[in-house]
Amino acid sequence: MKILLETNNLSKTYIQTQGFFSRKKTSIQALNNVSFSITKGTTMAVVGESGSGKSTLAKSLVRLVKLDKGSVMFDGNDLLTLEGDNLKTVRKDIQMIFQDPYASLNPRLSILQIMEEPLKIHNLYNNETRLKKIEDFIVRVGLGTSDLKKYPHQFSGGQRQRIGIARALILEPKLVICDEPVSALDVSVQAQILKLLKDLQKEFGLTYLFITHDLRIVRHVADEVIVMRHGKLVEEGKTDIIFKKPKNQYTKDLIRSIPGLISTRN
Amino acid sequence: MNKDILKINNLSITTKVNNSLMLVDNVNFSVKEGKTTCIVGESGSGKSLTALSIIKLLSPQLNMTGEIFFNNNDICKMSDSEIRQKRGLDIAMIFQEPMTSLNPVLTIGYQIREAISVHSTLANKDIEKRVKELLVLVGIPVERVNSYPDELSGGQRQRVMIAMAMSCNPKLLIADEPTTALDVTVQAQILKLLDDLKNKLKMSMLFITHDFGVVEDIADDVIVMFKGKIVESGDVNQVLQKPKHPYTKALLGCVPDAQGIKELTPIDYEKLEKAIQRL
Repeated sequence: MKILLETNNLSKTYIQTQGFFSRKKTSIQALNNVSFSITKGTTMAVVGESGSGKSTLAKSLVRLVKLDKGSVMFDGNDLLTLEGDNLKTVRKDIQMIFQDPYASLNPRLSILQIMEEPLKIHNLYNNETRLKKIEDFIVRVGLGTSDLKKYPHQFSGGQRQRIGIARALILEPKLVICDEPVSALDVSVQAQILKLLKDLQKEFGLTYLFITHDLRIVRHVADEVIVMRHGKLVEEGKTDIIFKKPKNQYTKDLIRSIPGLISTRN
Repeated sequence: MNKDILKINNLSITTKVNNSLMLVDNVNFSVKEGKTTCIVGESGSGKSLTALSIIKLLSPQLNMTGEIFFNNNDICKMSDSEIRQKRGLDIAMIFQEPMTSLNPVLTIGYQIREAISVHSTLANKDIEKRVKELLVLVGIPVERVNSYPDELSGGQRQRVMIAMAMSCNPKLLIADEPTTALDVTVQAQILKLLDDLKNKLKMSMLFITHDFGVVEDIADDVIVMFKGKIVESGDVNQVLQKPKHPYTKALLGCVPDAQGIKELTPIDYEKLEKAIQRL
């Protein structure tokens, strides 16, 4: 199995000043020597409570956060030193699906414009092929070509998340970072979106980095899991093994907090 | 046999503009004293409207018909000032978003104090004492009494909401998705807190959620709502393990389990409609 992404000792410290005139500074270590690797075509889940550094990790992989230390090898490239055109090429291969489908789509663009934007930025295809591609993808995620004329407010949360997925996949990326893609959705819609993501993974051979705090979802989507707490990686391994034999106390606590387990616990 | 603390007969809610649009359609159920009843359903199924109608907080744009008996008194026949006496004192409510339901410019101590003083004639000294008791009860350090909501985490804010709801020892607590916005570990803490308080204070709870895992943890009885109607109700074990209605079965098929054994099956609404028509 080929390794698609490998990170080494990722570290990031945020410095905060308390108050406008205060000189007192507090530092928060959002990432503390995090190293892991993802195999091509698999799903790696990142678990942890809020403030554990999951989102900083995701943002650093798309270079939205500048790291203090560490290196990221992506498909043979050193991601953190790339500049200019080389960086742009790699960015096409790493796409992101966001948590809040209400905030991640521009309300003033039609769905066609939203889907067209990434293709324009990367200067792909001529107009005709572009439209064909957009139509293919919007149908693939379960919406219709007539929806392309509409605007984000005309869709429900689940439908918007589908648009977000189509926008991420239209560039045919290798790695998709899903930052809590279903936590804002109802269970019934959640099941639809998880199934769609799974089907798309099979179809396009995608690799997912899946950030979530719901361990039940991890169990369903992930091949491997990393557990984070206070910026540190506290446990990693195959999903099955982590669920059956968690070693770290924090992982045990997380598993014990899964709702619906009290009856089996007592 | 526990007696019913809350009994709802033929509750229907429509919009004033369009009387034929049934948001809640002929709903009947009851909450037993000292028990937890969960209402489960997707968004738009009418579960929150049902809860809001119990303390008469429905929007004036909506029409409500039916009877709601709380301790054998019909709430629908009460005047606004009578229901205001009940709100907070006998029936308390916790909302989904602890961030938006607290006032950001007042300290949490002030807000809890306010909740107490609305219904009691205690002296200031005793109110102060009660505030501290409540903070201890919900597990917030007493020193935090002068903190503002933005200085607290999401879980702590929800604990403050619970403290306010508990301030007058209500007989019925309505909780509208109180843990949906929280992390799993915090969710587990809050659920345990609510369950402990229910037992300690001999309260009844009406708990609204869309998460069957939460239902399994906390409920005694379950009501499943779909498109404004109750499609199934009964004991928690019966509903979760032997669901009768096709919608309950379909909804349970969407819930990921912690064992990872079962395949997730999204609801096929066309199939479901047909199955319901066949009933």
